[in-house]
Amino acid sequence: MLKVRVAKKRAEFTLDAQFEAPTPGVVALFGRSGCGKTTAINIISGLLAADEARVELDGQVLADTTAGISVPPEQRRIGYVFQDGRLFPHMSVLRNLRYGLKRTRAPQQTIGLDQIVALLGLESLLQRQPYQLSGGERQRVSLGRALLSQPGMLLLDEPLAALDTARREEVLPYLERLRDNLSIPMVYVSHQFDEVLQLATHVVLMDAGRVVAQGSLTEVSLVPQLRAIVGPDSVGAVLDGAVTNVDASCGMAELQVGSGSLNVSVSGVSVGERVRVQLLARDIILGIEEPRGLSVRNQLRGLVTDVVEDEEDARLVTVDVGGVNVLSRVTRGAVEKLGLRVGLSVWVLVKAVSTRGHAFRVAAR
Amino acid sequence: MLPCPGIFAGAYRVYFDPAGRLTAQRAKVRPPSTKGYVRDAAMHLTPDELDALRLSLNVAARSVLFSLPFAVLIAWLLTRGRFAGRWLLDAFVHLPLVLPPVALGYVLLLLFGNHGPIGGWLHDRLGIQLAFTTAGAALATAVMAFPLMVRSIRLALENVDPGLEAAARTLGAKPIDRFLTITLPLMLPGIIAGAVTAFAAGLGEFGAVITFASNIPGITRTIPLALYTAIQSPGGDDQALRLAVMSFVLGLIGLLLAEVLARRARHLVGR
Repeated sequence: MLKVRVAKKRAEFTLDAQFEAPTPGVVALFGRSGCGKTTAINIISGLLAADEARVELDGQVLADTTAGISVPPEQRRIGYVFQDGRLFPHMSVLRNLRYGLKRTRAPQQTIGLDQIVALLGLESLLQRQPYQLSGGERQRVSLGRALLSQPGMLLLDEPLAALDTARREEVLPYLERLRDNLSIPMVYVSHQFDEVLQLATHVVLMDAGRVVAQGSLTEVSLVPQLRAIVGPDSVGAVLDGAVTNVDASCGMAELQVGSGSLNVSVSGVSVGERVRVQLLARDIILGIEEPRGLSVRNQLRGLVTDVVEDEEDARLVTVDVGGVNVLSRVTRGAVEKLGLRVGLSVWVLVKAVSTRGHAFRVAAR
Repeated sequence: MLPCPGIFAGAYRVYFDPAGRLTAQRAKVRPPSTKGYVRDAAMHLTPDELDALRLSLNVAARSVLFSLPFAVLIAWLLTRGRFAGRWLLDAFVHLPLVLPPVALGYVLLLLFGNHGPIGGWLHDRLGIQLAFTTAGAALATAVMAFPLMVRSIRLALENVDPGLEAAARTLGAKPIDRFLTITLPLMLPGIIAGAVTAFAAGLGEFGAVITFASNIPGITRTIPLALYTAIQSPGGDDQALRLAVMSFVLGLIGLLLAEVLARRARHLVGR
C-alpha cells in the first residue's frame, strides 16, 4: 500500500492532496497541467520540501513532517523519471545506466543491467552519448537508469510529454512491459488520458491542487468532474474484462464484463487475457423498447441509476448493465421524450467499433 | 590529437628512379618535435631573458595551481550558496579588478610581510617567507588573477542544470559524490578557460608583484619586470622591444590555448 499526504502553499495555488493506492501497480496522478501533480511527486521524492508531508510505502515511513521524519532523497530509494530525461551529458548511455546501480549495496541488487538492457531494448545504444539519442531513446535510457538504482518505487513525471505521437507509441509498450514484468509500484503523472487508460491500475484525479476522485479507472471514469479535464468527447465508462471468445476473421472479441458480455472490435488478443475498453458516452444509444434490425452488435439491458446535467442541452445518463455502469450522453429533448429517470429499464446500444481507439491489455493478476 | 600533415608528408619521399618511374620510398625522417622548436627559440634568448621567461611561467603556473581550488569554492558559494553577505563576498572577490595593483601589493606586504599578522606567523612557525620571494610573486599574481578565474568558473557553474544534480540525488549520490561526478565535470570547460586565462594574465602581472615581491633578478624579475628594468636603463630599447614581443607572443598563445582547451572540454561534456 502506498499512502501519501502532501500539502504546500505556493503563490499561484495551494497543494493539499491525500491518496492511497494498492502496490504494486501503476497509480496515475491525472489532471490538467499546473494542478500540482509534479509538485506532489517532487515532495514524494524528497526533492521538494513541503509544509506537510507523509509518505508511507508498504509500511515504511519515508517522510512524516509531524513526526520529524524525512529520509533524504538519496536514501529514499525512489526512482524518478523526469519529463526531460535528464541524462548526464558527459557520460555514455552505459555509464548513465550504471550511475545508480553503482550506488546501491549488493544485497539490494535484484534488477540486473542485462535484464534492463533486454527489457528496454538498449543493446545498440550502450556506447552512445546522450546527444546522439532520439527523444524516445533518451526516455528509455532514463527509465533504465532509474530502475537500476533498485528503487522501491518509481515516479514518472509525464515521461512522454516531450515526445511526438510516433515516439510516444514507441515508448508506451516498454512502460507496459515494466508494469507487467517488474513488481515495482509506480506513480505516473500525466495529463493525457490515453496514457492513463493504457497504463494505470489506479487513478488519482486532481484539480487545482486537490484530489477530486480516486479509485480504479472504472470508478474514476464515471466521476462527473472528469469531463472538465478530458473534455466532453472523451467522457465514457472504462471497463476491464476478460476475453471469452475471439473471432480473428472479423477482428472481434467477446469480453466478460460484469454479468454480461460485450463484443468489441479488437485484434491481437487471446482468450483469457484481460483487456480494457472505454465506451465513449457520446456513442452510446439508449432505447426504451427492444430495438430490432440494427447493425449494432451490443444490445444490453440496464437500469438508469443517474441522470445529470452535462451541458445546457445535454444530459449524462448512468446505466447499470449487469453490475457495471456505462455512461451515455443524450440531449435534453431525448430525456424528456423517453422519460428517462432513475429506475427506468432501458436498452443500451453499443457499437463494437465505438470503443475508444483500441482496447488495451491489462496485466493479468 | 590534432592531425599534423607535415609529419606524414615528411615520412615519404617521392622521386623518379633511373627507369623514369615515379617511386615513393619511405624515408627515415624524424618528425619535428615541438620540443625542438622551443629549444630553437630559446637559443635566441639571452640568459637574462630566459630567466625572466622561466620565472614568468613558474610564477603564473604556481599562482593558478594555488588559487584554482579556492576559485572553485568561491564560485560555488557565489552561485549556489544561500547566506547573508553573499554580495559582500562577491564585491570582495572582484576588488582586484578595480584596485590599483600597487595598492594591493602594499596590502599584501602589510599582511604577508615577515612582520605582518599572517606573514609573521608563517615565518615564525613554518619558516615560510613570502615577501621578496618567487612564492610571494605567485601569491600576488594569484590574487590579481583571482577574479578572472572566479568569473569564468562561476559562469560555467551557472550553466550546470541543477536538475541533473537532482537526478543524481534520486539515484543515490550524496553531496560530495554529486559534486565530483556531475557538477565538476560539467564545469570543466569553464574551469579550464578560467585557469588558462588566469595563467596568461599572470604572465604579465606587474604592479602587485613589484610591490610585494620586489624586482630581484632570477627570483622575482618576471618578463614585465625585466621589461620595466630595460626601459629604465639607458640603451635598453632593443632589450625592451624583445621582451615586449615575448609578452605579446606568450599572451596570444595563452588565449588561443584557452579557446582550444575549452572547445575540447565542451565536446567532452557532450555539448
